[in-house]
Amino acid sequence: MTRERSLTFVLLAVLLALPFAAQALGHPFYTTLATRMAILALAAVGLNIALGLGGLVSFGHAAFFGIGGYAAGIVATHAMNAEPLLGLEIPASMPVVWLFAALAAGIVAAVTGSISLRTSGVYFIMITLAFAQMIFYFAISWKAYGGEDGLSIAMRNGFPGLNTAVPRDLFLVAFGLLLAGLLAFWRIRVSRFGAALQAARQNELRVAAVGIEPFPIRLVAFVLSAVITAVAGAMFAELNRFASPSMLAWPMSGELIVLIILGGTGRLAGPVAGAMLYVMLEYWLGGFTERWQLFLGLMLLAVVLFARGGVVGLVAGKPGNG
Amino acid sequence: MNLVASRERFSPSRCGEKDRAKPRDGERASTSGPPLSALVIEQLLNGVQLGVMLFLMAAGLTLIFGVMGLINLAHGSLYMVGAFACASVAAATGSFWLGLLASLAAAAAAGAIVEMVVIRRLYDRDHLDQVLATFALILVFSEGTRWLFGSFPLYLDIPPALMGAVALPGGVHYPVYRLAIILAGLAVALGLWLLISSTRLGMRIRAGESDREMIGALGVDIRTLYTVVFALGAALAGLAGALVGALQSVQVGMGEPVLILAFVVIVIGGIGSIKGAFVGALLVGIVDTMGRIFLPQLLSALLGPAQAASLGGALSSMLIYIVMAAILAFRPKGLFSAGA
Repeated sequence: MTRERSLTFVLLAVLLALPFAAQALGHPFYTTLATRMAILALAAVGLNIALGLGGLVSFGHAAFFGIGGYAAGIVATHAMNAEPLLGLEIPASMPVVWLFAALAAGIVAAVTGSISLRTSGVYFIMITLAFAQMIFYFAISWKAYGGEDGLSIAMRNGFPGLNTAVPRDLFLVAFGLLLAGLLAFWRIRVSRFGAALQAARQNELRVAAVGIEPFPIRLVAFVLSAVITAVAGAMFAELNRFASPSMLAWPMSGELIVLIILGGTGRLAGPVAGAMLYVMLEYWLGGFTERWQLFLGLMLLAVVLFARGGVVGLVAGKPGNG
Repeated sequence: MNLVASRERFSPSRCGEKDRAKPRDGERASTSGPPLSALVIEQLLNGVQLGVMLFLMAAGLTLIFGVMGLINLAHGSLYMVGAFACASVAAATGSFWLGLLASLAAAAAAGAIVEMVVIRRLYDRDHLDQVLATFALILVFSEGTRWLFGSFPLYLDIPPALMGAVALPGGVHYPVYRLAIILAGLAVALGLWLLISSTRLGMRIRAGESDREMIGALGVDIRTLYTVVFALGAALAGLAGALVGALQSVQVGMGEPVLILAFVVIVIGGIGSIKGAFVGALLVGIVDTMGRIFLPQLLSALLGPAQAASLGGALSSMLIYIVMAAILAFRPKGLFSAGA
């Protein structure tokens, strides 16, 4: 077992133990923090497919995160008011929400991706940012679903066999999704598709020369990445019981990139380590000072300038060639 | 992260501004409404005003990318620095013009310091590191400014010499200050063009765009050149911030919506091209302003007022991004790409 893989297991074990330890120690609030960690980690796992494996620096993943959030909000609202959605009676159930989130984000990613993937480098960064901003402005001017006020979720959507109103059950759902997301990421990374995707990142010309067209591979990776991030967004809205327009706003995109870089780009455990560290920083620094973002900014600068490779890079060394 | 505090844009058609010279809608309605042509001319001027301000932002961004190959997300922070410097110096001395000078100086100084401390280490990094480091700079600038000035917005008054409105042909009364902004923006564009096409510094900038290593080998001090270019871009952003600061409130987070519009501008115009930035900025300014006024009206003629109100608002705020996508579908490198 490589150090990277053992690190992944250790991190996941710590995350899983956190809510139980919290309950035993009488700090039930930490369950919410652990849920937040799992959800943000899942969102970053999604982005890591595009960014880490494909080298596609998407600065617009907030769009997919927010689309997921709005899917949760819209399904919950329709179910509460007993209004049919698209002519169907929709049950207020999380798997249904995930399906909607995945479909909506997948379609948006396919459309915006097929335009933005015609470009590369800085253009790609700016265009994904611009498209995300477009969706943000669309959401805040769409009065039927809250406009600038966002969309409250009066009652969380359910999950078969669990009571999602209980924090620990919600955590278990989020943790299960994170495991599934990590498994999907790992499967993609070792598949033929993943090999082609990573090769296209390393040398586009050679990949084209051996007869693999990079564009469709990148588009599929971008859509998969969007779908996973959207499911995470749905869970984020369920956790906060609020689909906020700020989930769609550009700082969220930056935050997701930050999670990956803090953890380690393209590494399996990167998003998990990054999300855990980020939520802890947010919580601890936020407890010390109102100005925690100032210190977060300074720390980020230090990580980018001096500690390349993130937490996973520090602990597990450079990635192997496998 | 709560950097989205301000969604106010510096487009005149957004609410939340404090432009006293502009006639209010109520006054306009009482005089049975101006002819349509006057409305079109007024909105066209508003669009041009937004466009020249966007140009000031986009020119710096595109210059910095063209010469140093750096994507600078913190450009919006320099815009904010300019606005805050102008507002606080104007409040202390009572002179808008001193404030304007202070905005140029403060933004250029902030730009030079940031370049020497942080940005310089990023030139040979990949874009991901640049994005992340400049994102971190936004956090530092925003929180730092909030620390210094508090969370309440500052206000900047239009200088007395530029108060009031002028009558233009076609029955349009247009605020003097906005006309002055348009003229100032055009003057800066002309000056920038002269600087780049016919001075020694401009020659070095152009040489830096075509071959960085070669001009270093020819004995040009490339580190100083980079600092100067970065400070120049920062000063342009600071100037834009100060000029717009008198039209809306000066607050933390005012820079980022403008930054994203400036990205749209340079993506449309072609990264690295000043000419592209100019054309793109005017296009975005005019399309955005006209779209917000006329698209809902057009839709209400087609669909009826109820649906048009919500759909029109949503569509017009998406319009420039749709234009951008359409242009990219045909010219993936923008209209005036430096490399094409």
